Amino acid sequence: MRETAAERLSRRVVLTLLAGFVLVPLYVMVSSALKPLQDVQGAFTWWPRRPTGQAFVDMWSTVPLGRYLLNSLLVASVAAIFSVSVAIFAAYAVSRYRFRGRQVFSVTVLSTQMFPGILFLLPLFLIYVNLGNATGIALYASRTGLIITYLTFSLPFSIWMLVGYFDSIPRGLDEAAQVDGAGPLRTLFQVVLPAAVPGVVAVTVYAFMTAWGEVLFASVLTNEDSRTLAVGLQGYSTQFNVYWNQVMAASLVVSVPVVAGFLALQRYFVAGLTAGAVK
Amino acid sequence: MSRRHLAILTATVLAAASLTACGSGDEPGEGGKTLTYWASNQGASLEADKEILQPELDKFEQQTGIKVNVEVVPWSDLLNRLLAAATTGQGPDVVNIGNTWSASLQATGALVEFDDATLDKVGGKDRFVPAALAAAGAPDQPPAAVPLYSLAYALYYNKQSFADAGITAPPTTWEELAEVGRKLTGDGTWGLAVEGANPSENAHHAFTFGQQYGGNWFDAAGQPTFDTPQNVAAVKRYVDLMAVDKIVNPSNAEYAQNQSVSDFANGKAAMLLWQAAGANLKSQNMAADAYGVAPVPFLASPPAGGKQVNSMVAGINIAVFKHTKNLDGALEFVKFMTSDTEQVTLNKTYGSLPAVGTVAADPAFAADEQQVLAQTLATTAAPLPQVPEESTFETLVGTAIKELFADAASGRPVTEDSVREKLTRAQQQMR
Amino acid sequence: MTTTTSPPAADRAAGTGRPTRPAARRPRRSLLPYLLLAPAVVLELAIHVVPMLVGAWMSLLELTQFHIRDWSGAPFVGLDNYRVVFDLDSAAGAELLRSFRVTVVYTVLSVGLSWVLGTTAAVLLQRPFRGRAVLRALFLTPYALPVYTAVITWTFLFQRDTGLVNHVLVDQLGLVDEPPFWLIGDNSFVALLIVSIWRTWPFAFLCVMAGLQNIPDELYEAAAMDGAGFWRRLRSVTLPMLRPVNLVLLLVLFLWTFNDFNTPYVLFGGSAPAEADLISLHIYRSSFQTWDFGTGSAMSVVLLLFLLLVTAGYLLLTNRRRNDA
Repeated sequence: MRETAAERLSRRVVLTLLAGFVLVPLYVMVSSALKPLQDVQGAFTWWPRRPTGQAFVDMWSTVPLGRYLLNSLLVASVAAIFSVSVAIFAAYAVSRYRFRGRQVFSVTVLSTQMFPGILFLLPLFLIYVNLGNATGIALYASRTGLIITYLTFSLPFSIWMLVGYFDSIPRGLDEAAQVDGAGPLRTLFQVVLPAAVPGVVAVTVYAFMTAWGEVLFASVLTNEDSRTLAVGLQGYSTQFNVYWNQVMAASLVVSVPVVAGFLALQRYFVAGLTAGAVK
Repeated sequence: MSRRHLAILTATVLAAASLTACGSGDEPGEGGKTLTYWASNQGASLEADKEILQPELDKFEQQTGIKVNVEVVPWSDLLNRLLAAATTGQGPDVVNIGNTWSASLQATGALVEFDDATLDKVGGKDRFVPAALAAAGAPDQPPAAVPLYSLAYALYYNKQSFADAGITAPPTTWEELAEVGRKLTGDGTWGLAVEGANPSENAHHAFTFGQQYGGNWFDAAGQPTFDTPQNVAAVKRYVDLMAVDKIVNPSNAEYAQNQSVSDFANGKAAMLLWQAAGANLKSQNMAADAYGVAPVPFLASPPAGGKQVNSMVAGINIAVFKHTKNLDGALEFVKFMTSDTEQVTLNKTYGSLPAVGTVAADPAFAADEQQVLAQTLATTAAPLPQVPEESTFETLVGTAIKELFADAASGRPVTEDSVREKLTRAQQQMR
Repeated sequence: MTTTTSPPAADRAAGTGRPTRPAARRPRRSLLPYLLLAPAVVLELAIHVVPMLVGAWMSLLELTQFHIRDWSGAPFVGLDNYRVVFDLDSAAGAELLRSFRVTVVYTVLSVGLSWVLGTTAAVLLQRPFRGRAVLRALFLTPYALPVYTAVITWTFLFQRDTGLVNHVLVDQLGLVDEPPFWLIGDNSFVALLIVSIWRTWPFAFLCVMAGLQNIPDELYEAAAMDGAGFWRRLRSVTLPMLRPVNLVLLLVLFLWTFNDFNTPYVLFGGSAPAEADLISLHIYRSSFQTWDFGTGSAMSVVLLLFLLLVTAGYLLLTNRRRNDA
């Protein structure tokens, strides 16, 4: 099947338009980060007339960006690792076993995604605080609390995607392992997981991104010490000014690692979706 | 759902409920040798504030052995965080609050009452400027806080622009301001800059104009009276600066992050109504002799009942949470922050005024700007209504005015009817 | 992310030729599956279900600033909060209804356009050509970008005097004389929609792309042999084969978009103009800015019920159609 000339032309036009739509904000993020404050406050220019890297220096002292970055890294990585571990076990159970309540579990877990965050924000906050008062386990204003919260945010999608992925792994492999005398857990670790690496990677990336970008809960559940980037970046608009160039510079710095990571692993993501969720 | 699941669910709910019910954060502990202090953002950035406060806190630690951990909370977060702290009994021991929130926070019952005995522990009632102390809680109750930094609105004007336009004196009435503003508008510069999308700023101006027109936002019983003819006229007068007089750049309708100060500093606007803008203007490279400071104008012919008020009593109060494990230490810290030395040091840095009478004459406050602010505070400033619903008033009325500015900016007429309709709707949302 | 496993699960169970779960495991009525599920169940209960129930309980209380400190002692007011929410003559009820309408229109447009863009891009990138990998990476970038950095950049673009949008419209193209506002007034809805689509369509692209990989080449070859052109192939091969993907994708996007809080919150800085006052932000304001958590909770519960209803209806409808087919 050959592409006609008209088809090719329209394909190019459409793709160019889409690329422009995506690119423009990304470009502005970069170019504004390279402008001095006065220039970002003035009329817009495409090209930085007086390019400077000063914003990349100043941004560390306007807000404690380093600490926010560390907190976000810690919270997002730990949340992602735990989320995936929990999801692997749950998905294995759902994929490989028939048991009472299986359907209820699936539906309930996934329907939690329907809950408006605002509905359980305040209750969750109260529960964390009171739990802390009663038991001494600090969840409110701690990274631990945030990690637990975020790992449940990504859990439903992770389970769902992994169930799909595990289902696509032939059961013959399990049975062969069992004939060899492997128990269920050994089967999971030695047979199913190795075959499901793309799915696991995809889910990890998803869980990390979920935690890295969350704003609402972070704004209520953190304090100065545990604040993450999503909330911390608001610190660039102060009583005096909005430091747009520093906002853009900081945005760039916190985006590059996630975007690079995601793009590097996107193949797994697509593979994971192909085998799992979108079936 | 199977019965088993139901049982598990019920058990969990009960467990959680009992946990939430029995915990309350007042248990004493850990020696109380440290205090947590939430400071509001007064300077150029959160970090800058920290650098300003830290040496003072070190001094306090030297004097008393009490270590103070400061967190500078951005204004966008402060009220929510305070509310969270009030709800849960967790968080800071000592906090800065916008003084207009005093009665609202007082109503939660989470703040230590500064009755006379408590006031004595921080130096005595008479130390504080009476007008500032009056803005620290409902009138018939002991204050829920004491004043820390005092502020008032003033009219800032660009001397060069005034000279260029042949204007010799700053306007003293709104009519003059409009006329002067028209002369100053043109060639990409505007007469006046306003913070049109900032609900708090809008609400403050609504209050001042309301006073001048003889209006009240709450009646004696504390019920909202937003849409009285006086208040409608007041809000309309303010919005008309953009809608009718056209001395305000329509762009200001989307300003909510102090862009109006930048506009003034950069010469894009020749006048600005602001509280102690000096420190900010300096940070934006506007020299102190480049601008003049005058009292906020009045109406040329005030209607019956109109009051001689041209600013709210603005400022920052310092309060103590009841849940503190070290009440004495916390009060000691309040006393320290309101001591003569600290009042001079901190207010000088921020360009605000001392909240205590003893240092009012200090040369640190002799500049024109501080003189005007002090004069206003002493004679023509009134506190915002000290009612529990004050913060809701700021949100609702401020937002209504934001919408009116948006109308004006996009060329839609702002009429008495449209103003009244917005205010009525705001009032209906008060419950 | 999503809510609905049931269609894919049902699909799987209904058997796509794959062997269903081995019945052999069943006789060992082992505790193992429950143990495997336990961590997930405990976490979901603790972080989602219990707080949700507490929230529902709060909606029955008068939880204003006067009672917030001792919220377990707040007066029980039964359904009073709901009465306020449903009383369309009251300002609160009318505002909620308006916000609800805005959200419905916003969701329909955002999801619809995102889906169209995503599908278009995925179909156009289906066959290899030079630069395909680059474009694919580029198109996925907005999805990978943290929400606040993406939205805050758009806030900057939409500034009236200093933003790119007006610079292009007014200075470079000369389409309008007077620079329009984007973040206040009527256009704020458009601005919100653009940002939302910018952030959402890459996900549609991603899912459709994954779905396309499941379409066997033979189908296209057969269609081509029949002389089917681009549109014909799209209509008779691609779209029908994408149906299972789309069913899930649209539901997911619907729920995300309807509950979207971050976009308007960051774009408008907490107080959105009436034209772009999405429901979750509206509820947030009703709870936090007016300190009335009872009414706020009641609104959330109503929103949740609405979403449950829509989702259930959607699943029923799509399942029935599938069964009819």
